[in-house]
Amino acid sequence: MDTFVKEKINIEKELCKGCGICVSFCPKNVLTIKNEKVHIKEIDSCIKCGLCELRCPDYAIYLGGK
Amino acid sequence: MVSQLIGKYYRTGSLPHIWCPGCGNGIILRAIVKAIDNLGLNQDDVCVVSGIGCSSRASGYLDFNTVHTTHGRALAFATGIKFANPDLHVIVITGDGDSAAIGGNHLIHTARRNIDITTIVFNNNIYGMTGGQYSPTTPTGEKGTTAPYGNIDANFDLCELAKAAGATYVSRSTIYGANMIINQVEEGIKNKGFSFIETISICPTYYGRKNKKGNAVDMINQLKEMSINKTAYDKLSKEKRNGKIVVGELHKSQRTEYTEEYEKIIQSF
Amino acid sequence: MGEETFKLMQGNEACVEGAITAGLNFFAGYPITPSTEIAELSAAKLPRVGGKFIQMEGEIASISAIIGASLTGKKAMTATSGPGFSLKQEGIGYAVMAEVPCVIVNVQRGGPSTGLPTSPAQGDIMQTRWGTHGEHSIIVLYPSTVREIFDTTIKAFNLAEKYRTPVILLMDEVIGHMREKVEMPNREKIAIYNRKKPSSSLEKYLPYKVSEGDMVPKMANFGEGYRYHTTGLVHDETGFPTNNGKIAEELINRLVHKIENNLDDIVDYEEYKLQDAEEVIISYGSTARSAKSAIDVLRKEGRKIGLFKPITIWPTAKNQIEDLSKRTSRISVIEMNMGQYFLEIERIAGKYSKVDKYGRSNGELITPKEIVSFIKEG
Repeated sequence: MDTFVKEKINIEKELCKGCGICVSFCPKNVLTIKNEKVHIKEIDSCIKCGLCELRCPDYAIYLGGK
Repeated sequence: MVSQLIGKYYRTGSLPHIWCPGCGNGIILRAIVKAIDNLGLNQDDVCVVSGIGCSSRASGYLDFNTVHTTHGRALAFATGIKFANPDLHVIVITGDGDSAAIGGNHLIHTARRNIDITTIVFNNNIYGMTGGQYSPTTPTGEKGTTAPYGNIDANFDLCELAKAAGATYVSRSTIYGANMIINQVEEGIKNKGFSFIETISICPTYYGRKNKKGNAVDMINQLKEMSINKTAYDKLSKEKRNGKIVVGELHKSQRTEYTEEYEKIIQSF
Repeated sequence: MGEETFKLMQGNEACVEGAITAGLNFFAGYPITPSTEIAELSAAKLPRVGGKFIQMEGEIASISAIIGASLTGKKAMTATSGPGFSLKQEGIGYAVMAEVPCVIVNVQRGGPSTGLPTSPAQGDIMQTRWGTHGEHSIIVLYPSTVREIFDTTIKAFNLAEKYRTPVILLMDEVIGHMREKVEMPNREKIAIYNRKKPSSSLEKYLPYKVSEGDMVPKMANFGEGYRYHTTGLVHDETGFPTNNGKIAEELINRLVHKIENNLDDIVDYEEYKLQDAEEVIISYGSTARSAKSAIDVLRKEGRKIGLFKPITIWPTAKNQIEDLSKRTSRISVIEMNMGQYFLEIERIAGKYSKVDKYGRSNGELITPKEIVSFIKEG
């Protein structure tokens, strides 16, 4: 459970091309696109399902520790 | 920073990759390394071979033994590599034009030999690198820059082709179901023989724009709508089958593997 | 095999014997007259020595497969003729660019196209030089006796390994199918060159970086821990593609100069009765055999004539040919084509000497008698 809690969403803006796939397929509407880059809109809703990471074609968003 | 997975298996200095915003290729490539990671393969023992085209730029981003070959010949290079060193896990990344048009004959014969190579076709239904010409998998009636009045060619069912030619593992998945790609690549690598995995990608820049398919998200939603598993598909009436993408494991069989058969000849002396 | 032995051997067979002596352990090919015996003999012999033979689905597939095999450390060869050689050009270019050692045998037949499948020709001289697209240099060797085929095949492998380049072994239908008594050399005395492997740590290995004073990068085998990328695109020292014009220029210059700056090592030739010669025949392959006979006849009649037979066709023996042109008054280039190598010889020798040509493309070999008449007429 601990590791689960510690996981957070990381965004690497340099790699984001702003396609919006992660935003659209996030089941909890956590993300948004601002200035052609992904941003976290509502982190409290995140269930850490990892679908954003699974479908990000550019490796710009991922779950990770710390 | 990148994720642990990407950090371990990618040559991260070469990122961002050249693919357009919303291109599905990056999704498939991540799924492939995830499958390799799940199987725990040693990076030194993995060789990724690609041809020419958008898909085939993939090899350069990966931290394995990687070869970016000539157009259509990835499977022929890969055959040389695997036959020369059967200890390597040889994975071919190719596109629809690369594998089904200029490299079609190599696909047929590599499948026929049942040599232990796992082939993943990034099928985006178009020649993307050259700017959107119709490919052997562009659906009939759709447009490309070389089919301005609509494509009159029949499009290939690559999985049927691979199966008929002798592949011993054949499956299809789409970038919407990226977890399915991971699973299929694992199965493909585990299969001792020629494995053929068609992954349906999207090209919003050329195919999408030319055929008014909307943006990347729209196109992925279309894949979601069109996808159906084989059992459900078989129950559909002929009319309803039209335009469906059959996903999942489509064929599995057992047959002697090429490098093992040759080894028997060597051992006989 | 510690001593000299005598064997009756066919040219194509000598090629396979030489290749295996040089370390051939991977052959991929496709049947085509008049080179097929090379594939057949490789199929029979290779598994007996732990090597591999594969008949691919075509000519392009064959050269692609040998390049792949070479990347894993194998000494790899393919053999073909005319139409097949045209198809190989794609792979030859890749091997040049990615610096993958391999040997491509072309037993020439009449062309263009399917041409004269069972007749000899020497019409591929320029195609071996410029067949693949883009600026490049290439090593092409052309023996003219069965024993020389054995020796030259070994040399082809050695040069391929040393310079990390495809080497083309040219033959023609006559010498490929000819049987001769051959004195087989003592194998212990044959020098075999193997590609230089990296000694740097795994992390520091740059696959296309050359050390100071060297022009050939060290080559790791796939599967040995030096993971690297190779491509037919212009690439930097890491092997990763680039569009940088400066890097492109440096790369292409190096690929050309690693061959053109080592003529002394690469260029091989035979001189016959040249010591006091006032006129010279330049001829190669089976035509050089007719030229030798013609020279013997002409010498008996008192003409001071000799033969310069290039064994290395490309790069050209330009220093030797220029020297010859300065001390002789006439150079006759005799070849089974309408003057392909003549163009190169005239370019080098034309300043100092009269350069003539004799040749044709009808699938019939050039006889000594014809050569004698041609020389006398000139």
